[in-house]
Amino acid sequence: MKSLLCLTVNGRQREDAVAENMLLIDYLREQIGLTGTKQGCDGGECGACTVLVDDKPRLACCTLAHGVAGCRVETIEGCASADGLSRLQRAFHEHLGTQCGFCTPGMIMAAEGLLRANPHPDQAEIRAALGGNLCRCTGYVKIIESVEAAAGMPEAA
Amino acid sequence: MNAPDSEVRHFRVRDEQRGVGARLPFVDGVEKVTGTARYTADLPAPNALVGMILRSPHAHAELLDVDIGDALKLPGVHAVITGDECDMPYGVIPIAQNEFPLARGKVRYIGDPIAAVAAVDEATARLALSRIRVTVRELPAYFKAADARQPGAVALHDKKPDNIEREVHNEFGDTAAGFAAADLVREECYESAEVHHAMMEPNAALAAWDAERGHLTLWSVTQVPYYVHLTLARCLKMEAARIRVIKPFSGGGFGHRTECLNFEVICALLARAARGTVRLLQTREESFLAHRGRPESQMRLKIGMKRDGRLTACQLEMIQRGGAYGGYGLVTILYAGALLNGLYDIPAVKYDGYRVYTNTPACGAMRGHGTVNTRFAFESLLDGMAAELGLDPFEVRRRNLLTAPTDTINGLKVMSYGLPECLDWVERASAWKERKGRMPKLGNVGKGLGMSCSHFVSGSAKPVHWSGEPHAVIILKLDFDASVTILTGAADIGQGSSTIITQIVAEVLGIDFHRIRIVANDSAITPKDNGSYSSRVSYMVGNAAAQAAENMKALLVAAAARKLGVPEAEVDWFGEAAAVAGDPDRQLSFAQIAEEALVGTGTLTVKGTFTCPPEFQGGKQRGGAVGSTMGFSYTAQAVEVSVDLDLGKVTVDKVWAAIDCGFALNPMSVEGQVQGAVWMGLGQAMSEETVYENGRHLCPNMLDYRVPTIVESPDIEVHIVESIDPNGPFGAKEASEGSLSGFMSALAAAVEDATGQRLRVLPITPVRVFDALREAAANAAGAEENRQ
Repeated sequence: MKSLLCLTVNGRQREDAVAENMLLIDYLREQIGLTGTKQGCDGGECGACTVLVDDKPRLACCTLAHGVAGCRVETIEGCASADGLSRLQRAFHEHLGTQCGFCTPGMIMAAEGLLRANPHPDQAEIRAALGGNLCRCTGYVKIIESVEAAAGMPEAA
Repeated sequence: MNAPDSEVRHFRVRDEQRGVGARLPFVDGVEKVTGTARYTADLPAPNALVGMILRSPHAHAELLDVDIGDALKLPGVHAVITGDECDMPYGVIPIAQNEFPLARGKVRYIGDPIAAVAAVDEATARLALSRIRVTVRELPAYFKAADARQPGAVALHDKKPDNIEREVHNEFGDTAAGFAAADLVREECYESAEVHHAMMEPNAALAAWDAERGHLTLWSVTQVPYYVHLTLARCLKMEAARIRVIKPFSGGGFGHRTECLNFEVICALLARAARGTVRLLQTREESFLAHRGRPESQMRLKIGMKRDGRLTACQLEMIQRGGAYGGYGLVTILYAGALLNGLYDIPAVKYDGYRVYTNTPACGAMRGHGTVNTRFAFESLLDGMAAELGLDPFEVRRRNLLTAPTDTINGLKVMSYGLPECLDWVERASAWKERKGRMPKLGNVGKGLGMSCSHFVSGSAKPVHWSGEPHAVIILKLDFDASVTILTGAADIGQGSSTIITQIVAEVLGIDFHRIRIVANDSAITPKDNGSYSSRVSYMVGNAAAQAAENMKALLVAAAARKLGVPEAEVDWFGEAAAVAGDPDRQLSFAQIAEEALVGTGTLTVKGTFTCPPEFQGGKQRGGAVGSTMGFSYTAQAVEVSVDLDLGKVTVDKVWAAIDCGFALNPMSVEGQVQGAVWMGLGQAMSEETVYENGRHLCPNMLDYRVPTIVESPDIEVHIVESIDPNGPFGAKEASEGSLSGFMSALAAAVEDATGQRLRVLPITPVRVFDALREAAANAAGAEENRQ
């Protein structure tokens, strides 16, 4: 059964006919073509599919699309602006917080959620906020450096 | 740069903006941080059918019948295939091909593919799988190497009695004499659990069959598009010319994808059978079942040592549980012995290796291929013997250093050797002399330090397929727009190979990054490359890239000379410009030079190649090529831990790792590689372990397979030592694998420093530490009682 889903994705209002059992990750990836959000596991294991729902990190693979009706959903595709990369995107790029890049969208969205709630986190707070996001390349060292660097950058206008 | 004695040598020019030695972000980093990077599962394929695999629930069984009649009748099902679809066995090693994409005659592990479907959607595909009826006769199954080797055990494969896939026995030097001359001889047993790559991207493939032309295109996550290409041609009995293999962005590999995997062939077979396009996404569980990780290993190691710490001999027996198929197995068991050498000066080495078939997913290559568990055992025993002789762990290693250049007793060449400098830095940075053995206990938390050394090859000097081709080829194209396009078959799997190749080309030509694009991994466009494994790319492809850029530069200098009306020798080359020597006003921009260079010839293409000369390809003994390389990386590392003495819980507080990577082509990338490698070693050392119960994988997910999270991962401080290898590009060697294998024994040593207990079984879990502490306490109490 499909029904109408109204929500905001990356600042754009959308109305789509969506199956009631469709997961948010499948809605994003398969239905509206936003493949930046990654599926790294069979459900709730790795954090690669992290998106923001009303500014808070959420696993898109454990969320029904209809469960975020009326909400503001943000994905990695919505981070950069006409001014360029977001500060987290810039920091992950310039500090090599990304190697293979597969965990990166989820990692950046989780960090974005952290910085919105806590603009100047200490290292323990960064570790806690990213504790559900696995990375297999970096050993996390440069991910922490990237988030710290982003927190130190001036906020985009 | 073709031969080590070649006249052209590249010396580094530090340029923070552009060339080699610069801390540059990855050339494909923007795509990764913006979500525009397309991985295989992201490729648009609106008409693709959904592929799905039926897997064996039996660990070992004869396949009597696979009835697909009902599945085929389902509306929406376009193809159902079984082992009948492909009768060509495959395997990455040409002499050990014993795997079929879909089982024929037998299944050998729980998860072995039996049949596959292509259907219009996932629900239909799933329903079709449920309609396939499989009849089997179950056979005895073996999940441990010792069980599979029992007399009378049913052989998994024909002509492999006792389920021994490969035995290796060799001796270099006189070990009996070495042990006789030793002041101290010790023998210990060590074990490590099987570990898995768990790269973040699950396996995926997309195959398009062009029914009109009989052509196939496969997109896949692979590290080795060339091997996939060869395997598809073999298994589908197609001309290679009708096949195109493309690797899009890839979410890591760590060795999982260094051989063609069954899902890639199955996807292609399905597309051909369905005469269409098939997308085959593997679940995380299926990606675990494709395994190819580091085998469960049992080691018995004996070392002889003089009173001053000099090694006299060593002898290792290694048993690896190989799993159900050959894969890279015979290379793994050879590596485990060969790389006993090359790190220290050991006069005599004896090795007995046994690779055993079992009814578990096949093992294969994993970061630090074959050397990791050997190194854990060796460094552990070295520490223990040094302690008995009252020698510091750093000191005993310094007593056994090599001097480059040298040949090892098994025919490996050590051309550069920065281990002494690595040891010095780690000793200083960790404040070893001040702190080792005297870190105060804080309440019930013991503190400790441990250290270790390791090494790894910069590419296997002898390729798997001896085709007579160079080991690496790079093509450069210069066109009317004064841009340079690099064409490479080297697979960037996140390690940054595309960035390194671009930096080398920018360095040699002296031009800006914005002029350079790199196109990788499309067999229709890019030159063949053997793939990303054995840390070969920076070294081999890097050398080919430098040569290609030199060749292009020669054409450009000639063009500039023509245009300026002077002999070539009088042209000063600045990259973005060239001028008459001594007359900088007579100058041409790169665009003007490019325009002149194209006159009368059009688009310029040049090639660079690299081949490891035969003298580097290992000893004459059987299997002697394994372990051979043109340059070894060296690492020393120290680990600081806190151990909760009540709970046995170990926390790694800090790691110091110094790597001799020859020359850091990109220091930021080297740091990232070393941190990743050390951390992956930490996973194996502390928590990672595949577990099978009657052959069923108990942890095929990212929660139960315990990958360390950011919360429990330590800071890893990296120091780069540059020994400038005589043959590496700009002196560079590998940086991605060698640091992994040193971690385990350094951790075990640190735990011993903190608790007094040396653990010899990996992973060092809280339960194992707790048990060791309790046993030690009980022994101490018993000894006390005896005294009274």
